[in-house]
Amino acid sequence: MSRPRKRHALSTRLWHWVNALAVILLFMSGLNISNAHPRLYWGQAGFARAEAWLELPRFPGWATIPNYYSLSGARDWHVLFSLVLGFSLLAFMVAALINRHMQRDIFARAREWSPGNIWRDIVEHLRFNFDHGGGKYNILQKIAYSGVILVLLPLMILTGIVMSPGGEAALPFLTDLFGGRQSARSIHFLAAWGLCLFFFVHVALVLVSAPIRQLRDMITGGRDDAAA
Amino acid sequence: MRRRNFLAAAGASLLAGCSRIGDTQWFGKLVEGADNWHRGLHRALGFGRITMAPEFTRADLSPDFRGNGSLTVDSDAYRAAEAAGFADWRLEVTGLVDAPLSLSMDDIRALPQRTQITRHDCVEGWSAIGEWTGPQLSHLLHAAGVQPEANYVVFRCADLYNGRPYYESCDMDDALHPQTIVAHQLNGEPLPVKNGAPLRMRIERQLGYKHAKYLTGIELVASLDHIAGGKGGYWEDAAGYQWYAGI
Repeated sequence: MSRPRKRHALSTRLWHWVNALAVILLFMSGLNISNAHPRLYWGQAGFARAEAWLELPRFPGWATIPNYYSLSGARDWHVLFSLVLGFSLLAFMVAALINRHMQRDIFARAREWSPGNIWRDIVEHLRFNFDHGGGKYNILQKIAYSGVILVLLPLMILTGIVMSPGGEAALPFLTDLFGGRQSARSIHFLAAWGLCLFFFVHVALVLVSAPIRQLRDMITGGRDDAAA
Repeated sequence: MRRRNFLAAAGASLLAGCSRIGDTQWFGKLVEGADNWHRGLHRALGFGRITMAPEFTRADLSPDFRGNGSLTVDSDAYRAAEAAGFADWRLEVTGLVDAPLSLSMDDIRALPQRTQITRHDCVEGWSAIGEWTGPQLSHLLHAAGVQPEANYVVFRCADLYNGRPYYESCDMDDALHPQTIVAHQLNGEPLPVKNGAPLRMRIERQLGYKHAKYLTGIELVASLDHIAGGKGGYWEDAAGYQWYAGI
């Protein structure tokens, strides 16, 4: 009772920034890796142009890590920060289940899924009104955050394991789940762009809704005055 | 806009910083540690069973199995061997063994054979499926008698890549793995030259650059430090690729 509740728990803040760093480094080193063989396929195998469903552009140096073409250098960043991403997500999920952040704030209630509620929320967003609804997050936020935490990030990790021959040998059912290694590689690429889209929408919405307070709260924790 | 300038500057310094960090020694150590963590996780996730690369059926075979890296060996000796159908090719098993071996192609074909249809994954990202036949490396190692100090198996090759001899290595876990074979056939035919004729390694739980082609020697060693560049393989030495290529 002595201390006021924080708006963001320490575990949430730590994970937020560690994950942001890992996602940025993995995305940009991933674009460098993509340059090594810029074609995507479905199924298990593929290398010929005729087999590809998508021919990718060459990603320029300013978008990649390192900032010149180096498959081995980019893989170093990927090898290192894939562990950071995976284990920090696991730790966050455990913490968020224990402190009930996940159940309370991230999972949407059944009534929130009503088309009327979602529509109202879209309209409020278009009016640049972001402080509405009873809980900490509105339904669009819940969809976005749970989409990242429960769908996109786990997809990145699991498809990454399928692409690792040693990981695949340990968990072979994953390959079948995604319909083959090259399918997993395609899904890995698409989900990465899903995260990229989230990143820019997320940053843009922070910038138009009290950016200084939002940033400060995600660092210091802030005061929990919004929720009951 | 000042904000945009700030973001551009922040982005540029992130990039420049990452490229510089990537060249430092401590980053290399960190990556080496992460590489070992992945290897440990891949082994641990097997929960005691031997983890196996998936195997496929003949219906899954790639129509043409791509050759990559060296596509032939540029030497008169190799051209002569090719003209003779590799009848006199020999594979030496040396190093920390009780009885060094020198095997002919007939010796290799006379050993118990394993045929496996597996997917070859290149570090670049593409995959091809082929049917490989040959004796398990573990057979050769048992015949030679591996000494307890041996920690790694080094694969010696006939080809030069960018003027340097190609070689590779793996740990004893992968060396003794049931799917690690010395392949002399692809899709039921003798190995094509572009795929490493007459002998190549198959180390199915690792990426393509581990699967040494034009194989001439298998050497058991305690340490990789004093072999070529000391990093355990051509691509590891030449361009900093990860030694554990199961990722």
